[in-house]
Amino acid sequence: MTTASIAPVRQRTPVPPGEESGTATRLALKKKGRQARALVMPALIFSLVLTQVPFLVTIVFSMLQWNQLRPSEIKFNWFENYAVVFTGPDFLPSLMSTVVITGSSVVLSLLLGLFFAVLLDRKFMGRGLARTLMITPFLIMPAAAALLWKWSMLDVNVGMVNWALNALGLPSVAWNTDLPVVTIVILLTWQYTPFMMLILLAGLQSQSREVLEAASVDGAGPWRTFQWMTLPHLRQYIEISTLLGTIMMLQAFDPIAIMTKGTGGTKTLSYLLYERAFIGLDVGQAAAFGVVTVIITIAVASIALRTLFKVFINGGDR
Amino acid sequence: MLVKKRALVMGAGLAITAVLLSGCSGAGAGAGAAGQDVTLTLATVNNPQMKDMESLKGTFEKENPGIKVNFVQMEEGDLRAAVTADVASGAGQYDVVTVGAYEVPQWGAQGWLTDLTPALTSDAAYDVGDILPPVKTALSVDGKQYAVPFYGESSILMYNKEMFAAAGLTMSNNPTWQEVAAAAKTLNTPDHAGICLRGKPGWGDLFAPLTTVVQTFGGAWYDNNWNAQVNSPAFTEGVNFYVDLLKSAGEKDPVSNSFTECLNQLSAGKVAMWYDASVAASILEDPTTSKVAGKMGYVHAPVYKTKESGWLWSWNLAVPATSKHADAAVKFAKWATSKEYQQLVGTTLGWTRVPPGARTSTYSIPEYKTAAAAFAPITLEVMNAVNPVQPGLNPQPWVGIQYVTIPEFQDVGNQVAQLVADAIAGRTTVEEALAKGQVIAQAAGDKQKK
Repeated sequence: MTTASIAPVRQRTPVPPGEESGTATRLALKKKGRQARALVMPALIFSLVLTQVPFLVTIVFSMLQWNQLRPSEIKFNWFENYAVVFTGPDFLPSLMSTVVITGSSVVLSLLLGLFFAVLLDRKFMGRGLARTLMITPFLIMPAAAALLWKWSMLDVNVGMVNWALNALGLPSVAWNTDLPVVTIVILLTWQYTPFMMLILLAGLQSQSREVLEAASVDGAGPWRTFQWMTLPHLRQYIEISTLLGTIMMLQAFDPIAIMTKGTGGTKTLSYLLYERAFIGLDVGQAAAFGVVTVIITIAVASIALRTLFKVFINGGDR
Repeated sequence: MLVKKRALVMGAGLAITAVLLSGCSGAGAGAGAAGQDVTLTLATVNNPQMKDMESLKGTFEKENPGIKVNFVQMEEGDLRAAVTADVASGAGQYDVVTVGAYEVPQWGAQGWLTDLTPALTSDAAYDVGDILPPVKTALSVDGKQYAVPFYGESSILMYNKEMFAAAGLTMSNNPTWQEVAAAAKTLNTPDHAGICLRGKPGWGDLFAPLTTVVQTFGGAWYDNNWNAQVNSPAFTEGVNFYVDLLKSAGEKDPVSNSFTECLNQLSAGKVAMWYDASVAASILEDPTTSKVAGKMGYVHAPVYKTKESGWLWSWNLAVPATSKHADAAVKFAKWATSKEYQQLVGTTLGWTRVPPGARTSTYSIPEYKTAAAAFAPITLEVMNAVNPVQPGLNPQPWVGIQYVTIPEFQDVGNQVAQLVADAIAGRTTVEEALAKGQVIAQAAGDKQKK
């Protein structure tokens, strides 16, 4: 970032008129460069302090034995917390829960989002209203959404979902007790479908009408047009919405804290981290879990970026 | 680039969490040297009784010119982090803090709280002997009292008298769990459940009532030498009983349910019985929110092998050892837990809002007796009957009923509750869940042996 912003400054610096000595010019340029760097420094230092230093502090924390209720016994235990992370019974099941919940929510909300985007990509009466209504779930705060689902939708006695099931002659379902993972996936899908829909709708609307017209003139039916023209066009939109959706859903915390409390395979990494920190009151262990989570996320994200999502490397090639 | 940015963002997020954890979130500071005006900073949980206290602090300030009280309301978790950091660093930001019964003995033993015994016993008007004895015991370590109770509660069995009459059943004042289970099975219909019991994972949710059941079945979390007893036959029998009762006659979707959820179902007349905190009775008797007001009966917590099985909880005021205005702070803590304060609440805010379960004399105030006739006598009776020193069959190395006063307990209780919730849902057996719980509990027990 720094070099990129300094280079143009150098190019634009005019040689002062009447200046004949090359050394003097170089010195002047150097001075200008220093000035430029000095001007950039505060912002750079600020962002470094804001981002890197806290992370380094977290790494230091992760090497401490530190239970909040035993403040007199804080000391370095180096990699003991990491040993607990990798040998303890919590980490692998939690990683699995994260993969299952995030994975299925991303896939489901992507499919539903695509479906709704296609529906909304045509002109009809009240389209603006329909679009606004469709976006609403994404605008509701996650904690409020979780409470709404807990009390109004999934409650076993008065919830609308069970009312609908009973109306169809089906028995009520005790969602939290019997199907905790499904409960969380339903909620995340509901919340993030609009997000996927918005990105895909933007993709659909940027599609050239002439191409579609040409396809229909050539005798392609709606399905063939969708499969061979629209989907390839949407590919980069699908990729970016998958990536962003995954990042956001990895951090899902509110529905788990409010509804399932981490039972029945819903103890994702973000909830586990919260539990270690605020219920276990073990700052060191929580920091170690956090560091490991960051490393895994970076690893997964870079693999995903390199292999699946070539759009970021050679985006202009299609 | 994107990857790097994400790392930065996540790192920042984590670190912010870490900074919050270390408790830099405290606010306000006591100011003023001796002779000048004193501003007390009171850190408190944000529950309704404490909000009442804040609205009445003007009276204290008028009676004690020169002392101002500044309330800082926090969530329970934030409060703990703020106070521990403050005390550990010796900063002395807080002069009065609200502390739960679970933490008073721990913090007292650590030397974090001022010993209030001299200030309380020397003041005849305060009448320290009026504090309910079990509550006083739970707040004391080695005869030193570290906090004064503001509000206290036990657990009782609440039952719908109409449903009992319709089924031709009766309830004794001291029922056994077997009688309750039999009645629950008779009363369980598709329209309403036989009994509501907490199933939401959490040491203060599921394990508050479940620990009392385990104790009356003869079990305990630890023996006298801190050996975990979670997979012992008595503990297993108690948990099995609880889980079976939930499955055969309990409310639907138990893992969703704790105090509030059961309260809703009881108020709507969807459940016949409920074993939970005694404070629930005052809400069930409020005709504006409850369909069952006037139809409920209240009896002692059900028992099996012990004589009493109710739990004991109180919210208390304590003065951190680091307070720079300890004298004024003690004065305020005494005022807010005094007999006069109860009169003040009753006359200004209404008699049903008098904080219950802290003083014996509360239960002889005529207006309070009338306002709380349905549940005041049973609350006093149960709170006087419980024994926090030895709630179970065997002696235990801590004081407390539905919790173990060690720092690790909330973590242990939470994890074991999650395992038991899996057993309630039928994803595992009680025996498997408790075998895993034993390992977790033993790790915490080993730390006490050092």
